Amino acid sequence: MTQKNWEVVIGLETHAQLSTLSKIFSGASTAFGAEPNTQACPVDLGFPGVLPVPNRAAVERAIRFGLAVGAHIAPVSIFARKNYFYPDLPKGYQISQMELPVVQGGSLRIQTKAGEKVVNLTRAHLEEDAGKSLHEDFQGQSGIDLNRAGTPLLEIVTEPEMRSSEEAVAYARALHALVRWIEICDGNMQEGSFRCDANVSVRPLGQKEFGTRCEIKNLNSFRFLERAIEFEIKRQIELIEDGGKVVQETRLYDPDRDETRSMRSKEDAHDYRYFPDPDLPPLCVSTEWIAEVAAGMPELPEVRKVRYETELGLSAYDAGLLTATREAGEYFEALQSAAKGVDAKLCANWVNGELSAALNRAGLELTDAKVSATKLAGLLVRVGDGTISGKIAKELFEIMWSEGGEVDALIESRGLRQISDTGALEVVLKELISKHPTQVEEYRGGKEKVFGFFVGQAMKATQGKANPAQLNELLKILLAGD
Amino acid sequence: MRFTEEDVRRVARLSRLALEPKEIKGFQLDLSQILDLAEKLLAIDTSKVEPLAHPGSSSVFLRPDVVTEINQREAFQAVAPEVDRGLYLVPRVVE
Amino acid sequence: MSLTELLNQGLLEISAALGRREVSAVELATAYLDRIDQAQPELNAFITVDRKHTLQEAALADEMRVASPDLPWVGIPIAQKDLFCAKGWRTTAGSRMLENFISPYDAHVVEQLNRQGFVTLGRANMDEFAMGSSNENSFFGPVKNPWDLTRVPGGSSGGSAAAVAAGLAPAATGTDTGGSIRQPAAWCGISGIKPTYGRVSRYGMIAYASSLDQAGMFARSAQDLALLMDVISGHDPRDATSVNRQDAPCSHGLHQPIRGLRVGIPKQWFGKGLSDGVKAVVESAIQELLALGCEGVEIDLPMSEQAIPAYYVIAPAEASSNLSRFDGVRFGHRAAQYKDLGELYEHSRGEGFGPEVKRRILMGSYVLSHGYYDAYYLQAQRVRRLIANDFERAFERCDVIAGPVAPTTAFPLGSFGADPVQMYLADLYTIPVNLAGLPALSVPAGFDHGLPVGLQLIGPWWEETRLLQMAHAFQTATDWHTKRPASYSGVTQ
Repeated sequence: MTQKNWEVVIGLETHAQLSTLSKIFSGASTAFGAEPNTQACPVDLGFPGVLPVPNRAAVERAIRFGLAVGAHIAPVSIFARKNYFYPDLPKGYQISQMELPVVQGGSLRIQTKAGEKVVNLTRAHLEEDAGKSLHEDFQGQSGIDLNRAGTPLLEIVTEPEMRSSEEAVAYARALHALVRWIEICDGNMQEGSFRCDANVSVRPLGQKEFGTRCEIKNLNSFRFLERAIEFEIKRQIELIEDGGKVVQETRLYDPDRDETRSMRSKEDAHDYRYFPDPDLPPLCVSTEWIAEVAAGMPELPEVRKVRYETELGLSAYDAGLLTATREAGEYFEALQSAAKGVDAKLCANWVNGELSAALNRAGLELTDAKVSATKLAGLLVRVGDGTISGKIAKELFEIMWSEGGEVDALIESRGLRQISDTGALEVVLKELISKHPTQVEEYRGGKEKVFGFFVGQAMKATQGKANPAQLNELLKILLAGD
Repeated sequence: MRFTEEDVRRVARLSRLALEPKEIKGFQLDLSQILDLAEKLLAIDTSKVEPLAHPGSSSVFLRPDVVTEINQREAFQAVAPEVDRGLYLVPRVVE
Repeated sequence: MSLTELLNQGLLEISAALGRREVSAVELATAYLDRIDQAQPELNAFITVDRKHTLQEAALADEMRVASPDLPWVGIPIAQKDLFCAKGWRTTAGSRMLENFISPYDAHVVEQLNRQGFVTLGRANMDEFAMGSSNENSFFGPVKNPWDLTRVPGGSSGGSAAAVAAGLAPAATGTDTGGSIRQPAAWCGISGIKPTYGRVSRYGMIAYASSLDQAGMFARSAQDLALLMDVISGHDPRDATSVNRQDAPCSHGLHQPIRGLRVGIPKQWFGKGLSDGVKAVVESAIQELLALGCEGVEIDLPMSEQAIPAYYVIAPAEASSNLSRFDGVRFGHRAAQYKDLGELYEHSRGEGFGPEVKRRILMGSYVLSHGYYDAYYLQAQRVRRLIANDFERAFERCDVIAGPVAPTTAFPLGSFGADPVQMYLADLYTIPVNLAGLPALSVPAGFDHGLPVGLQLIGPWWEETRLLQMAHAFQTATDWHTKRPASYSGVTQ
């Protein structure tokens, strides 16, 4: 296989479950994990005569997303019915948006090894989720649980602009971070709150027309997304190079076998007979409503990144890390506001350095950090006001991480206060100088690196509590002699 | 006739309706007649007319995000043809 | 007044008798139930009669009357079209599909009536899923017209209309998608109203064509219709098409004078197709309105002849989708024999639905399917707008449109057995109104060869009161609405 002669074309359709309390068209709960069919009301069950009424909060979240990606929020959009029969689809149709979605256009910036890239979005539309079919333990029958039926989804569709699995994963991660940042989706991929369908095709380099695409459904982890696309690219290129043809179809990724396979059951030439839902008049979003939603939006990650760079003087790298996830953003903002007067760069270094390393070692997420933003702030305030040195701070951080405790109490109980008293330090240094006359001679003879020897000895004598700046200054004077 | 037998079979499949062979013949005739009726619409110039899907000019009513429904599984499943442990049963679904 | 006489009275008289304790709700319900039992073999106006259930409701009403003496309708019995879900009642929609469906909830209309203390006499027969104009499409057998048992009562709310006409109930609920209240009201010689789309919640009313369906009422007079409208109207947050407005109660405007109101007479509606007998009755009714001080204006509804073709694209399209939920999985008929999921669906639906329902589902799937959507469905929606525009223009020149309800009187049972599509053509004066979402009513206007003829009054959106006001004035000046079929005049045979 000669992948370098081929160009890969990928478009993603992502289903983000919107974080509402009730369903998109009914007042049933969306809470995860309830007993089967206990959160399915007559509307969700498709009972006779009952009607859908849209949830204002679901629309509000769609508007929030549209604003976050710079999209056009349609003043009038239409709910349509997608008709097909399936046991997990109780009404025999899914309410979705077809011709006129609520969010149109927009884009998302992604970072890859090659640098930054903008992925354009086609649309994002509101729709209802289906229920679940369970296949085990029903004597050859399937059991249908409709708790999930009617859960609000925002389906976010990109243009076919990604050219590698790396870009696709970078996009999915950026989108995942964004929907969580603006709090429209909890992003829980195990529970299916965020899942991707990947449309993959290949074409010979330089060819304008797209190749025939396959859609890989329901990828619920970034790793599966990457693996599925990689497999699919390889499969399609091999197929074409062997003289075959790609058939447009829906495929399923099997993580156990690490391969995609055709979903034949869904193949029988669907004719979805879309038409405007006669139960639902047009969805109107006023400019006032959009303005109201905009006013309540959190600062977007891209905006905050620029602010960190320009106002706080952070490097693009640090600013990027601190705005990559909602948790990082929240942690750093909390740290900043608690650590008054402490240099922002110091804060950034600690979050991206010590804290991040400790999390990695423990295999924890930021939300589970053993040292909270407030506690870390307390520590950094003490570094800032000279009470402790950076070195001591790192030791203290380790203690706080493993044993807990308040920074000031730890400093006192362990006697870690930095020696900033010139008199006390002078006594220590003078004693050192008298104990090591040879080294003093060497230094005075021009052997500058002996200076380090004295610093080390002084730190050892003070158990690291000497203020390094003060130590340097005083030592220079004393070594120079009178 | 405008409707072929194959047309009837195609829409019956889309509609998940089992039809007897003699029903197919009858529907072929009826549907052709309805189509003749509908055909009259095609002569009307509507090039400047927007489709009207809902009477009136209202926009959709939006409800607040409040959980109003309680679990009534037992009542709802009392009218179900076949359930087991709270699940609706159907012949095995092939994925 | 004897109980027998009381049974033929209007709501206010019955309410007064209940208020004076001359009769109890249980006595009243029992008397109507006896009449129903007697008439049922002949008329077949009901699908379900449940004496025990009704008398329980009536007993509760008698208690409620003591507790809330100010509620006027407590204990008044009504018939419910079997399309409205009612908790604890079998709700069939006239279909084998729902032969054993006991609804776990109440429709909005049922709930509103129950709250006011109305007592359900039974579940009125109807065309299956409200599809039909003769009530011959019911799985539970056709309803007969009380004026002539060889004829149909009209449809789809045929059972409701026949019940009120035969004095089996003082009022009944109905639904009107293309004329299903007005046409049976006309053919059974009673009053019936189809409100503005969005005025009465559709919640719990089993859907046929959602953008056309509207709940309404049958009664013996325009006054009773006005009183009932005030019970069932109003915003319901469970129906996204229910409109939130604060209209004055219909009954308040009922006695306003009609002098000076402009009555629009559509020139297209009195030509070819309208039978001479019906034409004569309708024309003389309009003359009566003019004699009462209304001004006659000729109006033009050129697109209304396109209403039937547009309707038979739009209504089946919506129906094909609305009826997909009847799949034998969660409720309703499930076939006994199937070997896989596909057969479960196909057999359950094939057995559960009757021929007219299948016909419309097939037609609907066809016009929505790939390659036909633009040509048929979208074109029909465009024509629908043209029809609505026609009315809008007409109402610039008139306040109410008056015309026939149906081109003929009730036809004999079985007239269109071999040719169901021909029956569609008879709805030419009622369907345009549903396409435009307008309010309209039918009041008895006279007879043609002994069969009742209705006068249709159509108003602009939300002007039910104006229609009822005009109908009430007409009924104050005439007595057509008081005529009862001879064999059901209330005298025990």
